[in-house]
Amino acid sequence: MSSNISPELTGKRVFISGDEAVAEGVRLARPNVISAYPITPQTIVVERLSEMVEDGSLDAKYIHVESEHSAMSAAMGVSSVGARAFTATSSQGLLYMAEGVHYASGGRMPIVMMNANRSVALPWSIYGDHRDSMSMLDSGWIQIYVEDAQEALDMIIQAYRIAEDPSVLTPIMVNLDGFVLTHTYEIVEIPPQVDVDSFLPIFQTPNKMSLEKPKSMGFSTSPADNMEFKYQQHMAMLAAKNIIETADKEFEDLFGRSYGGLVDSYNCDDAEIVLITVGSVTGTARIVVDNLRLKGIKAGLLKLRFLRPFPDVEVRNILKNVKSIGVLDKDISFGFEGTVFTNVNSALSHLPKRPLAVNYIGGLGGRDISVSDIEGIYNELIEITDIGKVEDSTRVRYINMGVEIDD
Amino acid sequence: MIKPELQTYKIPKHISDYPTGPSYNAGHLVSKNAGWRTFKPVVNLDICTGCYQCYLLCPDGAISKTTNNKIQFDYDFCKGCGICAHECNFKAIEMLKEESSK
Repeated sequence: MSSNISPELTGKRVFISGDEAVAEGVRLARPNVISAYPITPQTIVVERLSEMVEDGSLDAKYIHVESEHSAMSAAMGVSSVGARAFTATSSQGLLYMAEGVHYASGGRMPIVMMNANRSVALPWSIYGDHRDSMSMLDSGWIQIYVEDAQEALDMIIQAYRIAEDPSVLTPIMVNLDGFVLTHTYEIVEIPPQVDVDSFLPIFQTPNKMSLEKPKSMGFSTSPADNMEFKYQQHMAMLAAKNIIETADKEFEDLFGRSYGGLVDSYNCDDAEIVLITVGSVTGTARIVVDNLRLKGIKAGLLKLRFLRPFPDVEVRNILKNVKSIGVLDKDISFGFEGTVFTNVNSALSHLPKRPLAVNYIGGLGGRDISVSDIEGIYNELIEITDIGKVEDSTRVRYINMGVEIDD
Repeated sequence: MIKPELQTYKIPKHISDYPTGPSYNAGHLVSKNAGWRTFKPVVNLDICTGCYQCYLLCPDGAISKTTNNKIQFDYDFCKGCGICAHECNFKAIEMLKEESSK
């Protein structure tokens, strides 16, 4: 039980789940208030945090709200008095708080939220895919997708650092694949509190309510001013790109772990075929790439760690000499294609010579994406490279369908 | 009446002239807001008992207490809704049509 880890054990390695790693990251980040409503597969995060508040190892107020809409509303209240807020949700809960999600980013409140990626009803499903967070891609939140429990813990800490930077002041959603990551146990290093404190100073902002300097917060605008506020919000999100890179480097200096900032490229330097992934499936794909490299196949892997701000420059630079790419989407924008695919293609459209691109939609509603599924993708990318073109009718492919489908 | 002084509105010229997000110093008053008033409340101070029922019920905070325990209107912000006149138990407030020249 991670909640039994006493503060003096920080700096040690423990065996905990992804959800528990998030809770440990939150404890180290010292939020003032946690407002959250339990939902599978996020529940363990808020259970652990509740226990930490109860046993005194986390000096925070825990608000047991009656809904996710209230969870986000309370978090905004916390942030607007200059305090550090944390909340966590998943799937239907994220959609239920959707109004507040946009509100918080427009209000420039640097709230950090964990989202356990889970399918969206109907059909009802508690299992993982990315359709919940993808539907909130335009909500003005920075979106991080992590690969393992250690990255989850580390990115909760980094998230506060990035969100609270005066040039950013934008909330951050840290996404973990439901069950595959939230409920899987791994060895995780708990960083020392003293180092986290030096990396993450106490939240300070002039943009808060106070008796000394009272503010009118969250006002309305006429058409004469609204667009300027939205432009400013957009610029702040773009400014986050530099802060993300800086935070990653400083984090490495203190803790010895670097994740590459906006993206993590694996064997891409001389790669001819590259698979682009988001989240925990990257771990499976790494094994496939290792095997292909042993056979002399120039395969690479590009993990998109942030989807907002979108790493367009990084995607272009890494893929500019690649022959074929596959984009793995655990979501589908009905009537078009996978959302990640659309974003990657838009970034690549600036290149004079673009790689051939195929979209692989899979893992919906918790369906497994296995090593052999990913081997199949790379084999298709080799074929596509040989043929030298992709037919429009086969640009979007569905992996691991349980039944036959018409071409 | 204690209220922030009316300030001249500085039209933003550059994006940096905007505050970070839709929040700004409280009491930053740049315009009067009573233009659509058709009827204005007028109090007869001989009848007014200083019960402050109107003061409590004014939805715009446009009524204030005076030093002689009576009330006064802030015509810069009174919208002329007439709630004060309707609620006054002593019929001390009368709603008079605004001058057409106003």
